[in-house]
Amino acid sequence: MGFEVIFKGKNFIRLLSGLCVALRISVISVAISIVLGIVVGMLMTLKKPVINAVTRVYLEIVRIMPQMVLLFIVFFGFTKMTGSNLSAELSSIIVFSFWGTAEMADLVRGCLISIPVIQYESSKALGLSRLQTYVYVIIPQIIRRLIPLSINLITRMIKTTSLIMMIGIVEVLKVGQQIIEANRKSAPKAAFGVFAVVFLLYFLACWPISCLSKYLEKKWEN
Amino acid sequence: MESVLKIEHMSKKFDDLIVLEDINLSIDKGEVVVIVGSSGCGKSTLLRCINGLEDIDEGQVLLDGETVNPGNRNLTKSREKIGMVFQSYDLFPHKTILENAILAPMKVQKRSRKDAVEEAMRLLDRVGLAERKDSYPRQLSGGQKQRVAIVRALMMDPEVLLFDEVTAALDPEMVREVLDVILDLAKQKRTMLIVTHEMSFAKAIADRILFLDDGRIIEDSDPKEFFTSPATERAKRFLRTFEYEK
Ligand SMILES: Nc1ncnc2c1ncn2[C@@H]1O[C@H](COP(=O)(O)OP(=O)(O)OP(=O)(O)O)[C@@H](O)[C@H]1O
Ligand SMILES: [Mg+2]
Repeated sequence: MGFEVIFKGKNFIRLLSGLCVALRISVISVAISIVLGIVVGMLMTLKKPVINAVTRVYLEIVRIMPQMVLLFIVFFGFTKMTGSNLSAELSSIIVFSFWGTAEMADLVRGCLISIPVIQYESSKALGLSRLQTYVYVIIPQIIRRLIPLSINLITRMIKTTSLIMMIGIVEVLKVGQQIIEANRKSAPKAAFGVFAVVFLLYFLACWPISCLSKYLEKKWEN
Repeated sequence: MESVLKIEHMSKKFDDLIVLEDINLSIDKGEVVVIVGSSGCGKSTLLRCINGLEDIDEGQVLLDGETVNPGNRNLTKSREKIGMVFQSYDLFPHKTILENAILAPMKVQKRSRKDAVEEAMRLLDRVGLAERKDSYPRQLSGGQKQRVAIVRALMMDPEVLLFDEVTAALDPEMVREVLDVILDLAKQKRTMLIVTHEMSFAKAIADRILFLDDGRIIEDSDPKEFFTSPATERAKRFLRTFEYEK
């Protein structure tokens, strides 16, 4: 079946460290996306024509462009244009954050406009200050709506890291391919086992996150 | 009688639309004033201007002699003395009934939790909802939600309470339970400004009726007088819309 090659030499450790690379890139990108996404999402609710136009174009670009094209543009394009080198990992973080910020901003915008005006007004009528209104009334409601949605985005990001091997990053899928290549003669059927393990690793990375999301959704149902 | 709330020459425009024009009004402590008038005449806007949810273009609103609108940085201080209950349900959906009631007293008035909970329970009991304290708003009926909204406003011990058609969104069988709570408040000598389309309720509770037409107060009279022999043609026509003929 091909599982034997997994534990040959340092193969398993290599797979794990490949997963770590993918997770590191996703975690950093997700963190950046959340922070920037909240800022951009709030800007989008200001109804300023210029900001609206810019963010519309931004969202459309992210929607239309395959992530791989973005990766190539940033990684190869930047090097060509400036002559200096942008590391593959940094390029990936830039592209993933660019993409994540757009999606996150759209989610934040959606959540913000879904809070009825009366929530702000009744807080005001009770004498709560603007800051108190956000802290005790608006933000808790936004977080409750945002978390399940953004967890979906995070898991999609982790999965999409499989693309970054295209610009030379050795992540888990690439390690898997290397193992298969290296054992082509001795274990010609290794592909199934290796990919099964890769599948399992992705699953183990994403599953706890979606469990957490389900748990929070349940908890906040009331 | 001592005047609590005073409105002097207040005007309000939305762009070019004049919604309130030269409103003058003085309300005494413990007085229950009911505002009636046809849809769009500016009743909600009047209440919203009084507690500063809308800026006004001219004139001023005074509470105990202090200007509350046009607002300044200290507006929240005076705003907590004016409670308001809205037509649509405005409870905080992520908080329980009890938490809804104690949030503002704890955060705005800095009262202790124990103190706030005690008072909330007393008031919830009074409106018959003490045993629902740990429910969330979406688990309550419309009438129950409005009673909680009234409790939440009372928790700030406001000097004036504003009610904007608080029963308009309710099923008919729930209207009564909410109006009874407001009648109870009138017995406790609360100062209230009530906008309503329930004419028999207006008749029963009002010390004074204001008839608003096209942004002006065109009648300010005793309820008996208003309902039996209104002074203006507009008011006569308005009251006729509530009568049914075979
Ligand atoms: N935010 C706003 N922007 C522009 N016009 C507004 C706004 N709010 C109210 N108006 C207008 O002001 C007028 C008075 O509105 P208001 O809501 O005070 O009427 P109302 O007497 O409460 O009516 P109803 O009985 O239907 O509640 C209406 O013509 C309305 O269209
Ligand atoms: Mg109204």
